[in-house]
Amino acid sequence: MKAQTQKNELKAYERVLLARDKERPNIVQYISCLFDSFLELSGDRIAKEDASVLGGIGFFEGRPVTVIGHHKGKDLEENLSCNFGMPGPEGFRKSLRLMKQAEKFHRPVITLLDTSGAYPGMEAESNGQSTAIAENLLEMGRLKTPVVAIVTGEGCSGGALALGVADKVWMLENAVYSVLSPEGFASILWKDAGRKEEAAERMRMTARELLEDGLVDGVIPEPEGGIQKDPQKGMEEVRKAIRQSLEELDGIPGEELARRRQEKYLHIASCSAPGQEEA
Amino acid sequence: MAELFEERKKTFFNFRSFRREKAKKAEGLPKPGDEKEEVACKACHKVFGRGEWKENLYVCPSCGFHMPISGKIRMGITLDEGSFQELYPDVKGGDPIHFPGYPEKTGKAREKTGLSDSLYGGLGTIDSFPVLAAVLDSTFFMGSMGEAVGDKFVLLVEEAIKRHLPLLVFASSGGARMQEGLFSLMQMAKTAAAIGKFRESGGLYLVVFTNPTTGGVSASFASLGDIALAEPGALIGFAGPRVIRQTIGEELPEGFQRSQFQLEHGQIDKIVERKDMKGVLSQVLRLHGNVYEGTDTKE
Repeated sequence: MKAQTQKNELKAYERVLLARDKERPNIVQYISCLFDSFLELSGDRIAKEDASVLGGIGFFEGRPVTVIGHHKGKDLEENLSCNFGMPGPEGFRKSLRLMKQAEKFHRPVITLLDTSGAYPGMEAESNGQSTAIAENLLEMGRLKTPVVAIVTGEGCSGGALALGVADKVWMLENAVYSVLSPEGFASILWKDAGRKEEAAERMRMTARELLEDGLVDGVIPEPEGGIQKDPQKGMEEVRKAIRQSLEELDGIPGEELARRRQEKYLHIASCSAPGQEEA
Repeated sequence: MAELFEERKKTFFNFRSFRREKAKKAEGLPKPGDEKEEVACKACHKVFGRGEWKENLYVCPSCGFHMPISGKIRMGITLDEGSFQELYPDVKGGDPIHFPGYPEKTGKAREKTGLSDSLYGGLGTIDSFPVLAAVLDSTFFMGSMGEAVGDKFVLLVEEAIKRHLPLLVFASSGGARMQEGLFSLMQMAKTAAAIGKFRESGGLYLVVFTNPTTGGVSASFASLGDIALAEPGALIGFAGPRVIRQTIGEELPEGFQRSQFQLEHGQIDKIVERKDMKGVLSQVLRLHGNVYEGTDTKE
């Protein structure tokens, strides 16, 4: 029932480190490799542009798609300008705007998740961080166009999930997805952030474990040592996953897609509720 | 030697019973029916008898602090007397990531509260308007959301759709139930999907924020109400103040993330004192009478 730990299997926290590695491709590289003629679009049309979420339109194998994802930046200057990939409400609202736009023009939505979480700051809280995340969750759940989400690096907390409600959710082999960081988990539950390795093992945050748990739909293999070792090769696997998902979802009417996605999320991560027998 | 040992043992037992008594006194919630004891206000520390607390709906007679209350008390003071009929009392979560000690902890919480998990709900009426009411009970695991809360929320929402009832939710939660790992995060998507379905049904969804509502609950169903009310002084936000303080490295202004702050920042419709809550809810329901006119709420 539990993950079969192979001898050469990486420890969960080693994957956390791989997922956070600065050398790992970020959304800009994914876009330049997988999407042609990409046009970046900006702004939430309410308050400001939030560069921690990058979005726009491009061609995937000849068909237009909307691409949206977290952007951590590759060096300190970029990290700062995009707030280390930690969105405020404006970033979530921008992403929702682009998703609704994609729905209007019958484009599939591809999201790339890589964030240590929504930004915990005063401005974000003052401008409605909770509502922005909540509205994203609700609206993504009923978007009448295909939605494919890929956790490429660190998928952490509501800030990741707010871009992650999808028909197909993929994780790269060394990506991690969790309710909060293993450091945060250890600090809250054991009052000791130092027990992060142990927390990572306990949390079931790796791609294989989450596939077993039925919380994601597929795992994208990475080259030995991680996608950062051979980005071209890794990206081809990502391309295959997107192609496969779109082929599966093509031809399903928008209304039906939305209905199926709603059903999926109404029953995701469920206990076998004894109460249901009484209904 | 033996005497000395006995002496020490006696001291130890005395100390232990003293600690236990003290712990009992410090225990948070006033218990109805136990009216002789006195309870100090958590805000101004003035002491009042349990009877007085109860009479004042567990709001401090001196400073107006709204004491957190259990789901049962909440239903009692919000719904018409005797109208509450609990639904799905047995929805229990499991131990999805096999977290050490978690089943024992939930077992103890169930024993202590008599609840199966932190969401408590059912049918009732407010000034004769039928509603489906639910409360996140902060006495159970700080009202945190795991699979049991998510599943029960979906069941209650579907019940409200089926019976054409307005949905009323009192939120108070520390956020996601960490002990359930990613399963707990997914409940945010689940409860939001349920509200998506409820919106499509045309039903009225009322949320009352109570102290505190943070994290995954604040960033999912609690922030999706057609009308959002809050009790005075409730802490409402995605990130908790401690995390924000750590991130920005400075003290937060007085009243940050409290109801008044959220009202000023456009996040809620109205602050309502506990004593006025039933009246305001009744007013909202009356104003939406046309939505429910002629519908059979029986099933």
